[in-house]
Amino acid sequence: MTSTTRPAPTSGSGAISPRLLGDAVGVDLGKHVKAFGPLPSQHKVKRGHAGPLVAEVEASGLAGRGGGWFPTGRKMNAVVSAAGASRKDPIVVVNAMEGEPAASKDSVLVHRNPHLVLDGAVLAAQAVGSPVAYVVAHRGSRSVGTLERAVAQRTGDPVELRVLSAPARYVASEESALAHFVGEGIGLPVTVPPRVFESGVRRRPTFLSNAETFAHIALIARRGSGWFRQVGDPPQPGTMLVSVSGAVAQPGVVEVPTGTTMRQILGLAGGTTGSVAAAVTGGYGGAWVSAGAAIDLPFSVDGLRPVGGVPGAGVLAVLPTDACGLVETGRVVQWMAGQSAGQCGPCRFGLAAVSQDFAMLAGGKLKRTGLGALEKRLGIIPGRGACRHPDGVVRFAASALQVFGDEVQRHLSGQCSAGRRTFVLPVPAGKVDLPVARPGEEWR
Amino acid sequence: MSGHIVTVDRIACDGFGTCAQLLPERIILDEWGYPIIDPTPVKGSEHQHAKRAVNACPRLALKLVKAPHDAPARPVAQRR
Ligand SMILES: Cc1cc2nc3c(=O)[nH]c(=O)nc-3n(C[C@H](O)[C@H](O)[C@H](O)COP(=O)(O)O)c2cc1C
Ligand code: SF4
Ligand code: SF4
Repeated sequence: MTSTTRPAPTSGSGAISPRLLGDAVGVDLGKHVKAFGPLPSQHKVKRGHAGPLVAEVEASGLAGRGGGWFPTGRKMNAVVSAAGASRKDPIVVVNAMEGEPAASKDSVLVHRNPHLVLDGAVLAAQAVGSPVAYVVAHRGSRSVGTLERAVAQRTGDPVELRVLSAPARYVASEESALAHFVGEGIGLPVTVPPRVFESGVRRRPTFLSNAETFAHIALIARRGSGWFRQVGDPPQPGTMLVSVSGAVAQPGVVEVPTGTTMRQILGLAGGTTGSVAAAVTGGYGGAWVSAGAAIDLPFSVDGLRPVGGVPGAGVLAVLPTDACGLVETGRVVQWMAGQSAGQCGPCRFGLAAVSQDFAMLAGGKLKRTGLGALEKRLGIIPGRGACRHPDGVVRFAASALQVFGDEVQRHLSGQCSAGRRTFVLPVPAGKVDLPVARPGEEWR
Repeated sequence: MSGHIVTVDRIACDGFGTCAQLLPERIILDEWGYPIIDPTPVKGSEHQHAKRAVNACPRLALKLVKAPHDAPARPVAQRR
């Protein structure tokens, strides 16, 4: 995907310039300071006490951009409380992994303004009392090198910044897996509770958030919570990065206020190329929505709920009408099933079964009884893995049955109305990366 | 004793299903042999059985824990 950026759209109140993607100064720290101002100074906090930035983040209403949209200030406070209770200094982890194949927002952000992410990491670490912030990206990705060069430019940061590369596997970026990797070099999820905010990296309370979330923190520290709330959907205000792909003229990343309509977002991506049937919202652990029903809805948690969509990790992938949603879903589900860590029976065997069912459905070979079995499987898998990976796959698959209901009926009688022979949604090729740190690879 | 629920460590569980034999009133097995557990609080009369199943789990995966505040009030089969 290309890294195109366009200004945020005009909402009723006027034009909004991009917050995170504007200026694009790259690894040059001098230019970064010129564009965004110096790193705000903070006092050292006592263990179990939060710095003033935590209250500011809470007041800003910032919600995590890694997919779950959990209130970031609340998470920081939970980490601080856990540090007080356990008498252990917390750890900060920046999730710059971007496991979603249809997403590119975190790597575009890191490429354009890496110091915003690093400033956020340093500021958050100071505010929760962590001596170190780990910034973790996929092994072999462009982000690793960019982050290392950016860190090399910085001197005199009040906390240590370390860049790590972790296995390029989908579940390696799930929070317990990432904390496990940073602590022990093994990128596999672990059983929760305890959650990472109470016991993460080396059993310490761990503030782990998405790279974009940290970049927002860097600006909230400079400009305040009131500024942050000036744009966006009030329950989860601010701007968000959206990775737009599929049937649009200019695929890429756009920055928009949360709650911008899908129509406006697609307009910023150059508009659609022909008629569109449906769209993936959130990512491959997100959900399909029908284009007709969702096009004028706000792209936000509340805005997309009526049609079962989610903003998730900011993915918006548009399906043209000549593509088959069931074939696309089958390919994605097969890949997602292959990404299971294989540790939990319902995920390992359940997703494999769902993937087979979908392959049959996509190929027009599934019978009505088979569809019943598939639906039953989709009903019993959620909530039965150590992590939420299976829940996401099931949500995605179930949403396809809903949104492409007519096409399901056609496929049951062996037909498919798709005209095209190429696929729309990206599915990574190749073997699944080993979950562990490689010999000689530094992980802590 | 109420206010407790049966949970399972999904990574530790081997799926041989001993628990479903000892606590059929709360645990059924899915088609792959892994337990589907009634998430509602254990009734007083079931407590002995639940304890026996927990003690018999070969992987120490089955647990009887204090119900979190958001524990569902309806059995799992009726959900979704
Ligand atoms: C299978 C799986 C994969 C995930 N991959 C990512 C990822 O690549 N990047 C990310 O930021 N969060 C990812 N998450 C979400 C993280 O677990 C975590 O919630 C998030 O990083 C927290 O950041 P936030 O509070 O800023 O949203 C994933 C979750 C699951 C279940
Ligand atoms: S639910 Fe699936 S992906 Fe998550 S830990 Fe278990 S086997 Fe691994
Ligand atoms: S007895 Fe224990 S290991 Fe066996 S299926 Fe039940 S919970 Fe899993």
